[in-house]
Amino acid sequence: MAEPVKSFSHRLQAALLDALLAAYVAFALFCLTLGFKTVDSVGGLTLRSRPVLLGAMVGAVFVGRLLLNWFVWQTDRPLTEPFAKLFTREPFARRDVFVLGAVALLSMLAAAVPSPAARLIAGGMLAFLTVGAVRRAILHFFPNLPYARIFTIAGIAFAVLFPITAYLLDKAFHLRLPLRYLLDLSIVVLTYAMLGSGLNIVVGLAGLLDLGYVAFYAVGAYSFAILAMDFGWSFWMCLPLAGVLAALWGCTVGLPVLRLRGDYLAIVTLAFAEIVRIVLLNWTNVTNGPNGISGIPRPTFFGLPFGASGETFSTFFGLRYDPLHAIIFLYYVIFLLVIVTNVVTLRLRRLPIGRAWEAMREDEIACRSLGINTTVTKLTAFATGAMFGGFAGAFFATRQGFISPESFTFIESATILAIVVLGGLGSQLGVALAAIVMIGGFEALRHTQGLKAIFGPDFDPALYRMLLFGIAMVAIMVWRPRGIISSRTPSIMLGRGAPATLAKERRT
Amino acid sequence: MAYFLQQLVNGIALGSIYGLIAIGYTMVYGIVGMINFAHGDIFMVGTFIALIAFLLIMSLGLTLVPLALVLVLIMAMVLTAVWGWTVERIAYRPLRESFRLAPLITAIGMSIILQNFIQVAQGARVKPLQPVITGGYQIFDEGGFAVNLSNIQILIVVTTVALMGVFWLIITRTALGRAQRACEQDRLMAALSGVNVDRTISLTFVMGAALAAVAGLLYLLYYGVIDFFIGFVAGIKAFTAAVLGGIGSLPGAMLGGLIIGLIETFWSAYFTIEYKDVAAFSMLAVVLIFFPSGLLGRPEVEKV
Repeated sequence: MAEPVKSFSHRLQAALLDALLAAYVAFALFCLTLGFKTVDSVGGLTLRSRPVLLGAMVGAVFVGRLLLNWFVWQTDRPLTEPFAKLFTREPFARRDVFVLGAVALLSMLAAAVPSPAARLIAGGMLAFLTVGAVRRAILHFFPNLPYARIFTIAGIAFAVLFPITAYLLDKAFHLRLPLRYLLDLSIVVLTYAMLGSGLNIVVGLAGLLDLGYVAFYAVGAYSFAILAMDFGWSFWMCLPLAGVLAALWGCTVGLPVLRLRGDYLAIVTLAFAEIVRIVLLNWTNVTNGPNGISGIPRPTFFGLPFGASGETFSTFFGLRYDPLHAIIFLYYVIFLLVIVTNVVTLRLRRLPIGRAWEAMREDEIACRSLGINTTVTKLTAFATGAMFGGFAGAFFATRQGFISPESFTFIESATILAIVVLGGLGSQLGVALAAIVMIGGFEALRHTQGLKAIFGPDFDPALYRMLLFGIAMVAIMVWRPRGIISSRTPSIMLGRGAPATLAKERRT
Repeated sequence: MAYFLQQLVNGIALGSIYGLIAIGYTMVYGIVGMINFAHGDIFMVGTFIALIAFLLIMSLGLTLVPLALVLVLIMAMVLTAVWGWTVERIAYRPLRESFRLAPLITAIGMSIILQNFIQVAQGARVKPLQPVITGGYQIFDEGGFAVNLSNIQILIVVTTVALMGVFWLIITRTALGRAQRACEQDRLMAALSGVNVDRTISLTFVMGAALAAVAGLLYLLYYGVIDFFIGFVAGIKAFTAAVLGGIGSLPGAMLGGLIIGLIETFWSAYFTIEYKDVAAFSMLAVVLIFFPSGLLGRPEVEKV
């Protein structure tokens, strides 16, 4: 940012000039790509011009940039400062309180307006302010509580109790909760949390950038499907096997490529993932090609299937048949897998191998000079991450009952990586939070009616989902490069001024 | 023999396009040390800009094809360059001093943004364009199998060679090229000796994007079908080409592009077309494992 300009006319001039430049750039960006739309017609492609859309876009850039310049960038007292202060421990000035109070009051007024758009914005604003205020108040009155631990325990307790409690309450009081939808969404979020935890070992702990994590997910899913269908083995037998096969694949890929560093490793893993996908697509007699494998058996409750007829879970326990039982069971299976992954990771971090991973992430050359075999260290990280990816794949296969190469594209790898990085590399709590925010948030977006009210009835949120996903990825990264939970400090580090204990353990 | 020659011609044309995209990767990697993951999608945006510019000029009544193509080329280069500049400004510059993974993540984010922006703005269906440049020469005839060298293939090779020459001169003979080479060697020292590092990096992105736009126009004319997803695979292959030739080296990028184009074409011609991408990607792995510094690159020295 430029030095803040003091005088009023100078400020206005600078802000206008910058906004004009931005508008020019926006015009250059959008004049052809947005200003015209290619339309199929009889004699080939023709163009339809969209001057209003182009004008609106350029105008929005101009106005937005002008406002940002005036109120945030080219001023000594940015309007965003009170909001930022809400998330720090800095003392409030009188102006901060005034601004925050005014915003809260305006939001409350806006919430009374009978328009979904106004309500959405006002609700979001109020929620943001409340979270900030509550967080700040707690930090103010109890500054030394182990927040990460409390948060983790509360989160786990909620995750354990939520399905059963909600199910029983729903049954007892006929609440008609959209339980099926909520549970399905939670299962997807947990699957991504599982994948994120697995990738976190490779990227977050060992510092190896893997852009092809989806390959292990795919290997797990296909191994599970083939083992379960062609050999007829049960879920609990196939699950570890799928993990082992994925880990083997991790070793096979890892052994040659792990000599590479940084970005090269990233691109080679990406290439391998694409190779896996192309092979799955074309090796028709094993994978059934683009049609995928369907009819994958569902998991059973220790041999008791979930179904309406025969000896099933519900008849054994004398319950009335309810399709939700199977979903709640699946929820607990994936929840258990996530917990196992995280506990194993937590324990591994305290073993020599975990210490070696983190040391390697911090400095590979120093690590090698201390006698750590970096090849073995990298390979174990790769294989462990791959194994958890394989578990997640097996679960995915059994939950969907159908898999095809479509589910294992690069965008999956990118999503998982985004979850790991946005959560804060190496932070296990961060991964869980990021999975909830990214997957849950975007799923919620699909159903929000408020967006339709803002952008008109033709607005289809599903179409814009990936666009918003990309924008969020860039914005969060630029805003908080260290992720939502910024803990990249090693599990073990030298304590400051503590001669008695040279090394101080950090509980993470 | 004739079949072989024909595939050679096709492979060189395809390889020239990869080479042009690869230059963008290699220059950026050389200077900033990051994989500009969105570059393949910049190329895709370039194809769309070229398509729309071409349709626009045609609908304005300009029927002289060579003049129209020159105009389209200029428009596509300028407008795509603005995209390249904007991507660098928004997604990479704020993270230049951040940890290494950060710009790669925003690059992936930018790639998703560009793909979905084009999908939203122009629709997901493939965009066909009737052949603009037709005709060609029969250069060799062997018992009924003729080897054809089409005009568009000649255009591709000539354009590529000409642009390579121009950019080679820019890099070796101008002040900008000197600044770029200085930044490549040591960014801090370059800044201390008066090189405007931010501007140099921006211009590198602009040059890369402009070349990607040329590649986009040639791709559009050669294949006649584009969609919003072509950038991904083209990007990976071009990156492979850049690595194969030795990252940071301009002739290396061109050489790598040619090799990748030839491998892909011959693999499709003599083995299976389904696995042509596997051939290109395996090549990447093999090259990186056995010649990590590429064919014409300098070996990277690890300093403590």
